[in-house]
Amino acid sequence: MDAESLLLSLELASGSGQGLSPDRRASLLTSLMLVKRDYRFDRVLFWGRILGLVADYYIAQGVSEDQLAPRKTLYSLNCMEWSLLPPATEEMEMQTSVVKGRFIGDPSHEYEHTELQKVNEGKKVFEEEVVVQIKEEKRLVSVIDQIDKAVAVIPRGALFKTPFGPINVNRTFEGLSLSEAKKLSSYFHFREPVELKNKTLLEKAELDPSLDFMDSLEHDIPKGSWSVQMERGNALVVLRSLLWPGLTFYHAPRTKNYGYIYVGTGEKNLDLPFML
Amino acid sequence: MEDSVPVNQKIEHQELGETGRPWEETVTTSQKPELGLSEALELEQTPGTGLQPRSSPPGTPRSGAGTRDRPVDDLVGQRSSFPPSSSQELPSTLSPLALARQDFMAPSQSDKTTSVTSEAETSHFGHLEQLSDKGGSTPHQICQSEGNTFHQPQQTKYPLHDLRDVSHTTSKQKELRFDIFQEDDSNNNYHLDQPESGASEVAPSMLEIAIQNTKAYLLKTSSKSGLNLYDHLSEMLTKVLDQRPENAVDIIENISQDVKMEHFSKKLDTLQNENEMLATYEIAEKQKILFLQGNLEGSDQELEDEIAEHALPNIMESAFYFEQAGVGLGTDETYRIFLALKQLTDTHPIQKCRFWGKILGLEMNYIVAEVEFREGEDEEEVEEEDVPEERDNGDSEADEDDEDELPRPFYRAPQAIPKEESRTGANKYVYFVCNEPGRPWVKLPAVTPAQIVIARKIKKFFTGRLDTPIISYPPFPGNESNYLRAQIARISAGTHVSPLGFYHFGEEEGEEEEEIESGRDSFEENPDFEGVQVIDLVESLSNWVHHVQHILPQGRCNWFNPIQKSEEEEEEEDEEKEEEKGEEPDDIEQEVGPPLLTPISEDLEIQNTSPWTTRLSSNLIPQYAIAVLRSNLWPGAYAFSNGKKFENLYIGWGHKYSPDSYTPPVPPPVYQEYPSGTEITEMDDPTVEEEQAFRAAQEAAADSTEENEETEEEEDEEDDYD
Repeated sequence: MDAESLLLSLELASGSGQGLSPDRRASLLTSLMLVKRDYRFDRVLFWGRILGLVADYYIAQGVSEDQLAPRKTLYSLNCMEWSLLPPATEEMEMQTSVVKGRFIGDPSHEYEHTELQKVNEGKKVFEEEVVVQIKEEKRLVSVIDQIDKAVAVIPRGALFKTPFGPINVNRTFEGLSLSEAKKLSSYFHFREPVELKNKTLLEKAELDPSLDFMDSLEHDIPKGSWSVQMERGNALVVLRSLLWPGLTFYHAPRTKNYGYIYVGTGEKNLDLPFML
Repeated sequence: MEDSVPVNQKIEHQELGETGRPWEETVTTSQKPELGLSEALELEQTPGTGLQPRSSPPGTPRSGAGTRDRPVDDLVGQRSSFPPSSSQELPSTLSPLALARQDFMAPSQSDKTTSVTSEAETSHFGHLEQLSDKGGSTPHQICQSEGNTFHQPQQTKYPLHDLRDVSHTTSKQKELRFDIFQEDDSNNNYHLDQPESGASEVAPSMLEIAIQNTKAYLLKTSSKSGLNLYDHLSEMLTKVLDQRPENAVDIIENISQDVKMEHFSKKLDTLQNENEMLATYEIAEKQKILFLQGNLEGSDQELEDEIAEHALPNIMESAFYFEQAGVGLGTDETYRIFLALKQLTDTHPIQKCRFWGKILGLEMNYIVAEVEFREGEDEEEVEEEDVPEERDNGDSEADEDDEDELPRPFYRAPQAIPKEESRTGANKYVYFVCNEPGRPWVKLPAVTPAQIVIARKIKKFFTGRLDTPIISYPPFPGNESNYLRAQIARISAGTHVSPLGFYHFGEEEGEEEEEIESGRDSFEENPDFEGVQVIDLVESLSNWVHHVQHILPQGRCNWFNPIQKSEEEEEEEDEEKEEEKGEEPDDIEQEVGPPLLTPISEDLEIQNTSPWTTRLSSNLIPQYAIAVLRSNLWPGAYAFSNGKKFENLYIGWGHKYSPDSYTPPVPPPVYQEYPSGTEITEMDDPTVEEEQAFRAAQEAAADSTEENEETEEEEDEEDDYD
């Protein structure tokens, strides 16, 4: 959610139950301003909160001019002092995929994971048990990246693509209409498109290249992994991800208010197929 | 039509006789803006000989005029003010008009076209009358005057209006006659003959009737578009006369289309608007009722106030504290829930009420209220569920008796464990749910041990509709309302905690085993509770205790002995019970200080992580901070305490946390239904080798018999030969 409309956004996203306490809110309002100035971001988004056993991580993301460029992620334990996180790599993701369980809340905490690694010594090949240490910070980075890639949502029309390449915020976006807001196809993944090329020519013919340049939520697997609800009568549409429980996307139709926030334990819901 | 017209005309000519002709010609030759006029004129000619209906299409008058003589050119000249070309402007209307004319016995009255027509008719009639010398009377004169007015600039509608007024009265009669006329020309002729022979006094009424017929025809509504010609033409002419475009005759088709389009656009607008906003307004209406209900309190306020004080908790206060912890639904939503709870307490006899929490669902969410009814006000649905169980038992027994001959299976369905009485154990409280504040509250049924046992084994999302079936393995006995109730019971048992000392047991009870068996399930608020330091609450988990009974694996809080056994076995079971209780701490077993409620420090860990996380709500201002407890076992369960007050809340999806993935249980192995004994032995099917051997043996036997037979035959033959 945009840091500029933080209070309103938190109010709109409060249907999921998790929000921020007043002191955190107040600290965020001030500190995010400073972050935006220091790092020279175009926009600062408050990404959410990962609940740890000892402490919680508060995550913010900074967006530069090109909206789809990789965002810079910062974390803080007290909403005042922000530290930049390194960008996520695939190697990191592979390493951290073996770590299960809750986050501790201490970024320097190290998870120990024993692996069997094949070690070549001369002509012998035998397996050794190697204890691999994985820092929680790395895990944090990769989890945030996974969540962004999987379930970060933006409504159709909020961004537009210029012929030169960079993606800009659409200042004329007035919000989705009520009938559009109830359909999953009006929401896109806020990331580089993956499935767009696989569409048939017939489908592509109906797309508008300046608006439809991202994957829509419609074809997410498993089907039904999004819960779409209207709250407050039809005044607010809330999308909740069932794959990453805790991700809430809200949008007030016909207004410019939209945003997503993640408040959760940072664990994927692998039981989803059983639960539907 | 056009082809037939000359024929008709000829026929009519023959019928009329020659006197009618000149009039017909005048009628046909005169070109009116609406061809109806000319046709009417034709008909008018007949009154002298009787008005005869003519089915002459508009086009024919001209052609007719061409073919016939033109004795009345002067009439044509007089009519020249009407642009001749206009006769072709309404091709679609011409044929109907032609049909209408058939009905014209008397001057028909039709607005616009027919009014002009009638004017022309009357004027013609007037002329005809004069010419035919039928005798003048007032109608003629009227006609004459109308005819004069007719010559006035036709662009003014007023003369049209005048005629219309005149004609309105008689227009009603036309409809019937119209139909009759269409069917039978001869009848028309008959009718026409009557006025023909009659005096001129009858003729005007016939004209009027004819006018009315035409008008009625023009008022006929189209089956496709719902418009009628009368209105359409009047609207069109209104538009033309208002706007006074140049060369109106050239754009008259466009004007006609525009007028038609104007009809449609209005309807679409209203449809769109109504659909979109309806749901929002619906909810707003319902919630408005919530806000207004406060004004409807009557004379029972005093009584209700007393009870209401106890019943309705101060949700806003709890919400404030939870907000410090970062948990909550937003102030407005909480207030609406508050009002909805008040509505609940007003409509039901409730002793105590508490906002339990919110469970998220796929389509809709549930807002849950925990309620305790007043003494003696329990619902009566308890008995219904027991009855079907008994019936089932009876049926199974009956079946067994009938099937004595068949081997008796060993299988006996395990006896259903009866659910706990209301107000005890898992059914201590009654729960109400609603989807949104403002919607009606629905009471959830009591929970049975079987439901809890199976709810532990499945993991399903809630959809938001209480009657959704739960399709799972093991099959859940019930639908979503039962599953919801079971989860609520589990969450309550697992996460409802209070600071140490807040509750204590009212009566002194010893630690005898018997009493432990019966279970300590009643506690009271400790009036001497002095509060616990917030710091203490945060630092040590032993300062919090469960105040809800733990649910045993059986699904109940109080052990139920399902099998009636001898005393020895009972004792054994007693020991087992105690062991179980030792493993899973019962609420009331362990004592820590004066209160006999189990501290949460005794809760099992989840893979080396503590089941609870404690936090101070604010590190910046610790003096006024509150202690916040977050459950790791049931994500979404929170408890807060500021030392003196405490509250529990659950906002989440309603599932337990497990670090391992969910694995559905495996179906049990196939049960051996009956013993394998001498009477019943299941034999294996013969193997292929055995079958082949058997077949070979058979063939061999068959061969040998054949050989025997052959040898016998040979012997016989030999004998024969001998």
